[in-house]
Amino acid sequence: MKEEIPPSEREATSLRLSRRNFIKGVIGGGVAASSAHYLFRASSLLGESSAPGDRLLTLNVNGQLRRADVMKQETLAWTLRYKLGLTGTKLGCDRAECGACTVLIDDVPHYSCSVLTHTVRNKKVVTIEGLANPDGTLHPVQQGVIDEQGFQCAFCMSGFILSAVGYLKTHPNPTRAELAHGLSGNLCRCQDYDKILTAMMRGAENLRKVSRA
Amino acid sequence: MAVIRDIMPAFQLLQPGTVADAQKLLAQHDADAWIMAGGMDSFDWLKDRIKRPKVLVDLSGIEELRGIRATADGVEIGAMTRLSEVVGHPLIKEKYGLLAQAAELVASPQIRNQGTLGGNVSQDARCWYYRAGWPCYRAGGNICYADTPVGRNREHAILHAERCVAVNPSDTAPALIALDAKFVVQTPKGRQVMDAEHYFVGPEIDITRMNILRPGFLLMAIQIPSTWAGAQFYFEKMRDRNVWDFPLLNVASAMKLSRSNIQDIRIAVNAAAARPLRLKAVEDAVRGRECSPATGEAAGKLAVQGAVPLQFNAYKIPLMRNLVKRAIGGVQEAAWAS
Repeated sequence: MKEEIPPSEREATSLRLSRRNFIKGVIGGGVAASSAHYLFRASSLLGESSAPGDRLLTLNVNGQLRRADVMKQETLAWTLRYKLGLTGTKLGCDRAECGACTVLIDDVPHYSCSVLTHTVRNKKVVTIEGLANPDGTLHPVQQGVIDEQGFQCAFCMSGFILSAVGYLKTHPNPTRAELAHGLSGNLCRCQDYDKILTAMMRGAENLRKVSRA
Repeated sequence: MAVIRDIMPAFQLLQPGTVADAQKLLAQHDADAWIMAGGMDSFDWLKDRIKRPKVLVDLSGIEELRGIRATADGVEIGAMTRLSEVVGHPLIKEKYGLLAQAAELVASPQIRNQGTLGGNVSQDARCWYYRAGWPCYRAGGNICYADTPVGRNREHAILHAERCVAVNPSDTAPALIALDAKFVVQTPKGRQVMDAEHYFVGPEIDITRMNILRPGFLLMAIQIPSTWAGAQFYFEKMRDRNVWDFPLLNVASAMKLSRSNIQDIRIAVNAAAARPLRLKAVEDAVRGRECSPATGEAAGKLAVQGAVPLQFNAYKIPLMRNLVKRAIGGVQEAAWAS
């Protein structure tokens, strides 16, 4: 598979340089620089899946193969945010107690703060950045959030959305109570649960419409 | 204690693909090796810098430790099987629903997606003095910080405390004891199969361990015989919040009735002591008696005999009495008469 330039690097070179994008660009650029000598030393590694013991990993994130220099003790949340520039994944408690860092690993919701990056070498990771279509069409659950204005500060939002997307893959037609149970591994400090649940129910409905169509 | 949000200290990560390789690595690194199953218990220790293992042996790549298989006499569950797989498996739901109920009440959906059955039964105590790295008995020291007049011990033991008053926090363990499960443990000297209740260790035997696992040991699988398949099950877990929390107390029972009489029963509680307790005296007392609220009440009273409360956990005694009563006599009569 052809490797694409990480969005963070594209953004850093664009003329509309916001502070946020500049910081993300620096993070992405730092990885490129620090991993450069690996690339030149062993360019045949490119495109091969990584083996145990490698520090330079090829990870399948949001359908792209992304390479990163990953420490053994590094968590997936850390890699996503600080090595791949995917800062939509939030770190709340870093102790598997809040759900802000939820991502899908092989379609199943996990707390990415409590997964070692080295254990997802041969798995597919999906973060909030990977939900929308490349053409910009939002995922039906994301659209549900916009339709219902489900969140206040929205720090917990990406985790909630990925929990919902994961749950709806196995339970496409949940009742409100069932969906609440499915999302019970995520906390919202704004205590906005009722609106969040309404938004997620709308997302489930949107998803059913899309899959019928 | 302040929560550390920096990255974990470095360790060597070993990821064997077979049990044989794992055994070699465990033999090679002996007491330096930390075994990680789902990691839900391990990461707290590592992130808080309380435990600093040199070598982490990650079992998640070993396929032979995963999966649920029907056997000639019941079912065998690989130790690395995720809790959510246990909850959703048709055979477990249909015949061993007690385990499915217990596993479904563990922590949160994401934790059940990652936490394993072997890890859930093998997890360490949650006493916060111990977890925060205080040099208590369980940590190899010479004092218990929880069992003092001002110690925070609302969650701690009411039975069989011996210097340490921490409890075993597993939800699946009492269900497995009630189902008469057998634990398959690979030791450096060969394979051992033991009754579920013998897997767990109280402080009177070894105050620093919750189970029989020593360096080089590996929990391979849990076998459930068909003896109690489809029996009348009861599981109840009390906790402060409906998600995440460990049990303040839980109860699991499997009963066989002939008409309205209790023909046979196995019952266990957890979070009452440092190991899950099979209530053998209760089983013997109610066998053959009518399955009624009165029998349940007698069973509840018998269950808590010898219980000693600490400063802040006296509520656990009536709680355990009521849970045992409900497990046997049913929930139709929630109020305790006396």
